[in-house]
Amino acid sequence: MAATEQRPIGFGRLKRKEDPRFLRGEGTYVDDVKLPGMLHGAILRSPLAHARIVSIDTSAAQQHPKVRVVVTGRDLEGLGLAWMPTLSADTQAVLATDKVRFQGQEVAFVVAEDRYAARDALELIEVDYEPLPVVSDVRRALDPDAPVIRDDKEGQTTNRIFDWEAGDEAETERVLADADVVVVTQEIPFQRVHPAPLETCGSVADMDPVTGKLRLWTTSQAPHAHRTLYAMVAGIPEHRIQVIAPDIGGGFGNKVPIYPGYVCSIVGSILTGRPVKWMEDRTENLTSTGFARDYLMRGRIAADRDGRIRGLRVDVLADHGAFNATAQPSKYPAGFFHIFTGSYDLEAAYCSVRGVYTNKAPGGVAYRCSFRVTEAAYLVERMVDLLAAELEMDPVELRMRNLIRSDQFPYTTKTGWEYDSGDYHATMREALRIAGYDELRREQAERRARGEHMGIGVSFFTETVGAGPKAKMDIAGLGMADGAELRVHPTGTAVVRLSVQTQGQGHETTFAQIVAEELGIPPEDVEVVHGDTDQTPFGLGTYGSRSTPVSGAAVAMVSRKVRDKARLIASAALEVAPEDLAWERGRWFVKGDPEQGRTIQELALAAHGTLTLPDGVEGHLDAEAVYDPPNLTYPCGAYIAVVDVDPATGEVRLRRFVAVDDCGVRINPMIVEGQIHGGLAEGAGIALMQHIAFDEQGNCLGGSFMYYGGRWSLEVPDWELGETVTPSPHHPIGAKGVGESSNVGSPPAIVNAIVDALAPFGVRHVDMPATPGRVWEAIRSASGTAAPPR
Amino acid sequence: MQVPAPFEYVRASSVGEAIDLLERLGPEARLVAGGHSLLPMMKLRLATPEHLIDINPLAGELGDVREEGGEVRIGAMTRHRDVLESELLVRRFPIMRDAERRIADPPVRNRGTIGGALCQADPSEDLSAVCAALKASVVIRGRGGDRVLDMVAFHRGPYETAVGDAEMLVEVRVPVRPHGGSAYEKVERRAGDWAIAAAGAALWLDGATVADAGIALSAVNPRGVRCERAEQALVGRPPSEEAFAEAAALAAEDCDPIADQRGSAEYKRHLARELTHRALRRAAERTLAS
Repeated sequence: MAATEQRPIGFGRLKRKEDPRFLRGEGTYVDDVKLPGMLHGAILRSPLAHARIVSIDTSAAQQHPKVRVVVTGRDLEGLGLAWMPTLSADTQAVLATDKVRFQGQEVAFVVAEDRYAARDALELIEVDYEPLPVVSDVRRALDPDAPVIRDDKEGQTTNRIFDWEAGDEAETERVLADADVVVVTQEIPFQRVHPAPLETCGSVADMDPVTGKLRLWTTSQAPHAHRTLYAMVAGIPEHRIQVIAPDIGGGFGNKVPIYPGYVCSIVGSILTGRPVKWMEDRTENLTSTGFARDYLMRGRIAADRDGRIRGLRVDVLADHGAFNATAQPSKYPAGFFHIFTGSYDLEAAYCSVRGVYTNKAPGGVAYRCSFRVTEAAYLVERMVDLLAAELEMDPVELRMRNLIRSDQFPYTTKTGWEYDSGDYHATMREALRIAGYDELRREQAERRARGEHMGIGVSFFTETVGAGPKAKMDIAGLGMADGAELRVHPTGTAVVRLSVQTQGQGHETTFAQIVAEELGIPPEDVEVVHGDTDQTPFGLGTYGSRSTPVSGAAVAMVSRKVRDKARLIASAALEVAPEDLAWERGRWFVKGDPEQGRTIQELALAAHGTLTLPDGVEGHLDAEAVYDPPNLTYPCGAYIAVVDVDPATGEVRLRRFVAVDDCGVRINPMIVEGQIHGGLAEGAGIALMQHIAFDEQGNCLGGSFMYYGGRWSLEVPDWELGETVTPSPHHPIGAKGVGESSNVGSPPAIVNAIVDALAPFGVRHVDMPATPGRVWEAIRSASGTAAPPR
Repeated sequence: MQVPAPFEYVRASSVGEAIDLLERLGPEARLVAGGHSLLPMMKLRLATPEHLIDINPLAGELGDVREEGGEVRIGAMTRHRDVLESELLVRRFPIMRDAERRIADPPVRNRGTIGGALCQADPSEDLSAVCAALKASVVIRGRGGDRVLDMVAFHRGPYETAVGDAEMLVEVRVPVRPHGGSAYEKVERRAGDWAIAAAGAALWLDGATVADAGIALSAVNPRGVRCERAEQALVGRPPSEEAFAEAAALAAEDCDPIADQRGSAEYKRHLARELTHRALRRAAERTLAS
């Protein structure tokens, strides 16, 4: 790895500016916010997945000497706040009034003088529930006798939420029915998982009874969107709401929605006139906040015998839980799932997605991916491997024959995406080179001859990240475009203000480097301000890898505006026409006389000084920009996993993992690599262990890290990273977004490797998470007997 | 948020004082050693003791590992880390290191104790199986003096031991016998997780045949940890693959796993057999090497 000590003015490896405060424990997270007179809230949650509330008796809790107020759904009804809108045009109960619809649902809110008393008082609340039949299996949700979960909704007589489709069904069916093609059909579930950020969700609400201003410190990936939604829902004027997302300990999509607890803390502050803090615990986070995936997919893929893939169809049953609280652009109820054709040039493709309610927690957030791209990539990459097995063809060879060629970009898919750029074959070849693919296959053959079970798994993914454009993409009517403001101070240091919110992505460094690249101001001289709606321009926030594709572009554009303004100031200072000036990083100089010039720092001082500025040029050196992306960006990658499986125990060891990412131009390669490392570790956890499972009664079986846990650093290999660089042609700096790619591309590579290892037993598919038990069962059901001990 | 119910806290400065406190405060008092089981249960309010008696001041008095009178004596307050790193234990009973290396993670091993693990008697806990396979005994002290029990008498089932009110475990004693070897095999979903299934085995040879064997399982045996039928099947026979396979089959037959997220009952029973076999094989290798 290159030294980080050379401090680039612009793009390059640079240690993160934010790290000293994190490494010294000096970050300020929501739970670190302590205000004078602050009270503490706690939520009583339903122990049952589906039950009618007969009565709630809060009298004993209210008698507790330290309790200030107890709030129930009935109380909220009086304020018009018992229900709130979700990000998917549905409603969600803030506190249950009629029924509870999932285990862990919010039933009552206690505000007390300390968090111990608040928790103690929860045990004094008596709720009388009348249990109802439970729908915990998505396959049973549309049974004629299934209980209707959302009987609160006018006209809702089943558990169906929506039916959505993309592509050409007739054409796809025609291809699948062609007598000459090989068709493989497979049911492929992507299990319910949870983003599980280490910092759980919470808020501190402070409604000033004198000024009527609400300050809300909250775990939010989208502070501006949240402010607008609070204004719309609670009726508080938007200019009297200040949303502050301080340091955020991971988000991964989990901190995009607005949760009942946030609303309760606001209500608690209004009712008591005091600041109220609410922080959920680990179990509350895992059992009640936005989950991800939970797609039951059935794929059909068709190819000619020579391996030309022709058509792909997938039908999805999507489990959205008890409220449709999926966070995604509003015109896309299945997110961007229709990118399921992946990286291949197909003749026909079609998908249908049916969303249903179940008695499970609501969500369906974009967990480290752009709105269902992970599900889509897993589906197509498993289907291609199944096809390779059926055709008895090497899975790399099959992919190479069908990947979109570089001369086909921009490429329009059969479901309407316009891929901006890529050189997929080059990316794949780079992965094969790093992995030593041919040598791995030779090693595998030798090991198989010795009775050992080594597997090699390949995936190639394309992501679609950086939503909008805003004309096509909005959340709750808010267009997906983001602002940036840049001010250069008289002494030449600068402050850039962003609409997006870092949760660990390194924005304070990356965005300073973009300003540095464009203006030549060293990154340490650029302060990055974000996360406070009173301090920053409007924008939709950080998720779906939006920050660099959208806000990164906004920062580049605002820097260029400042540069253009600096040129006019330089022309006045040097007494030459602006056209006679040329730019080198950090300096305008006279063409043909390079000695004559002014640095950006000198120009900043001039802009604030006594220099007579040209007509039409106002003083100071600053600008604003709003960036509405013309298209999404399309990062891609080729991943190769190597596993060893012990068939007698089902244990899988992830031995090697090669990840070649093409995310266009890399601003800070060190941060990019860190992002890839993190996503790979998460992807490995999802592939091998993580599952938010439920029993028949709707009890959540994944409510703690004892049951739902990721990989430790001890259990992952040294990631072997590589890159190809295909700049995005429409992005100002050619960047594409990368924070999520590795979580999208890694699960199929790992599962493909496991299935490859088990091929001698006749195994064609193993569901995630591929726990030792599942792997053993897959061998047994494929081969009829368990492997003998070695 | 996870916060415990109200409780009173007191520190004991000697074993005698701890026993006095237990007697005085009654059955709603609990000893806390490493606290890595009890405190999470209290935060989840699965445990709501009225009094916690902190016995960490006894770490010196009860934290010793030494060989004496044909036994290795391990003080109840010996931390997992010290068990793991004890040269004496590695030399005498390699099964200890096999197991300890895979118990939780360093922060837990730095605080958790052997006595705490045995008394918690979690059905997936490792050291009960290790001690049972080694045919260890435990010393329980009360006001009336010490009782010495073998593991079968001590370990009564999930979360239940022979330690009575106003008593505490003070020592584990492992007999040192000639020509022995031991090993522990465990399958877990991820590093530091509780076992899906685990097997401990110890063998003592007399010439070319097995003089005695100890086999114990974890996570698959709610009733107890020893597999006596499997042990008996080995005695008097050469330590062969056939004998191990037979013993492993008996151990699997006699266990009683339940299905959960870690795996089906059938899979766990299969693991019991596979891991017993592997542990016996490795124990035998170590026997022959000793």
